[in-house]
Amino acid sequence: MSWLRQPATETQITHGGRLWLYILAGLVLLFLMLPSIIVIPMSFSESQYLEFPPREWSLRWYRNYFNSTAWMQATETSFKAAILTMIVATLFGTMAAYGLHAARLRFAGLILGILLAPIIVPVILVGIGVFYVYVKIKLVNSIIGLVLAHSMLAIPIVTMVVSSALKSFDMNQERVARSLGASRLRAFFFVTLPQIRFSVISGAVLAFLTSFDEVIVSLFVSGGSNSTLTRNMFNALRDQIDPTIAAISTLVVILTSILLAISQFLGKNDSRSDSAGNRNRCCNRAAYYGCGFPPALTQDLFCLPCGVKILAHA
Amino acid sequence: MSHEAGLNAKGLRRDALAERLILFSLSGPAVLLVTMTMLVPVGWLFWLSFLDDAGGFSLEHYQRMLVQPSYGRAFRITFEISFITTAICILLGYPLAYALSQLPRRVANICMIAVMLPFWTSLLVRTYAWLVLLQRQGLINTWGIKLGLWDSPLALVHNLNGTLIGMIHIMLPFMVLPVYATMRSIDRDYLKAAANLGASPTLAFWLVFLPLSLPGLVAGALMVFILCLGFYVTPAVLGGGKITMVANRIATDIELFFNWGAASSLGVVLFILTGIILYAASRLVRLDRFLSGGGA
Repeated sequence: MSWLRQPATETQITHGGRLWLYILAGLVLLFLMLPSIIVIPMSFSESQYLEFPPREWSLRWYRNYFNSTAWMQATETSFKAAILTMIVATLFGTMAAYGLHAARLRFAGLILGILLAPIIVPVILVGIGVFYVYVKIKLVNSIIGLVLAHSMLAIPIVTMVVSSALKSFDMNQERVARSLGASRLRAFFFVTLPQIRFSVISGAVLAFLTSFDEVIVSLFVSGGSNSTLTRNMFNALRDQIDPTIAAISTLVVILTSILLAISQFLGKNDSRSDSAGNRNRCCNRAAYYGCGFPPALTQDLFCLPCGVKILAHA
Repeated sequence: MSHEAGLNAKGLRRDALAERLILFSLSGPAVLLVTMTMLVPVGWLFWLSFLDDAGGFSLEHYQRMLVQPSYGRAFRITFEISFITTAICILLGYPLAYALSQLPRRVANICMIAVMLPFWTSLLVRTYAWLVLLQRQGLINTWGIKLGLWDSPLALVHNLNGTLIGMIHIMLPFMVLPVYATMRSIDRDYLKAAANLGASPTLAFWLVFLPLSLPGLVAGALMVFILCLGFYVTPAVLGGGKITMVANRIATDIELFFNWGAASSLGVVLFILTGIILYAASRLVRLDRFLSGGGA
């Protein structure tokens, strides 16, 4: 155990003197990981009493899930909503980010502020507000209504990811293409888009997940045959503990991990740089905040979890 | 000659402006969507909160919030839970971030995966996992009894305990990441200088390291506190219906009583309180100073 007596820092504290810190940190890390790793073995248990570790293994709960029309219908709704949200939010968000960046108008900051507003309003308020309006225009329990509401929640994320990529793109390249005879549209698709494509795809993945993971708005505006997976899961959790949820959870964990790994991997390819020129990767599960209030109108935007600058105010 | 050039320049400027307006209009669909599904509904709720049942202007919903004890209770429990969650996140998150910041970068990055793992797991999945872990015959109670830590199963879920454990778990990464980023950007030479001038490691930590890491801590705590105020899912499931935070109260007002005025006024107060806290805090600390410096 000579390691314990070795100095840990320049100020001569030993590893032994810090043992409590290592143990505490280890326990906190365990606390953070525990729920994410426990559901996977759980879902292969034979018993319905949720014992851990399971005594017998089986695929019973997966069969339950795949044979249930209610769960299958909810899964279909969730996928439909998420894919449509991804398309709408990526299209609108990218258009807005590019338009505001290229137009260089004075009140672009204000428009950006409107687009980022969904981040700061408590979701419950958005949920009941959308529900109220949808009741009036008869959009409750429809996929269209769900997609519109989810797109609104995803647009800020796409807009920010794409805006930050455009910040580091040299618009002169587009001017060169146009001086050589390309139209604005052609120049965008053949010169600009290929260079910001990783950010666009990363934004699309995050938009998909925003919709797929969303609970509160779905709770209010989806229902009937168009209930989402999250809505059904939430209601099941409130009533009783059904191990089928462990099977669904495992599948959701796998899907989310794959998608986020893709977005993380792509994000690496056009990663954001901070003021010192260090290339940083954003954690992508970000809650974005401005440094002032209201955010985005006057100041830079940061991802608060990891501190990476998402958007520098022009 | 110069006259013609002037005309040409004017035409070019008009073309440029027209093009910029066309480009600007590209943001139209997104702005329209956000307006229709967010600004209009929330604005409408704001308006509703000032109307009585007959449709006339009144402050009755706000007055009721002051008079009826159940509303006061919802706000009190919301602030209590947010405060306790923030405090425990500081107590657990700061030492973890400190330990990570002392490790070699490569090892720390591996440990960071554990911190990010909750971000990568859907909220409902985590809530479900806690429901299973914390129940009477759950893993935590079984092991606690086996290890002799306590004798009979503790009531860890469907109450305040469960709500707090679930919320701390969700919020902890929001605390660890900014604190870690700030700590990484602290120049170690300050600590060497402190030691050189005779400070013990403990003293150097309290007088040099802690003050330098404070901006990250404040940013993290602020973030955690504000996000806690709007929680709905965790108290609804892990609180077993016994914990009514403001968001839960809003949902109940709609689902059971269809009382739009009451729900809207609660939402408006929650929103404004969040805004005030954020604004006050941004006056107190320059968050950007820490943020632009630290790279995770």
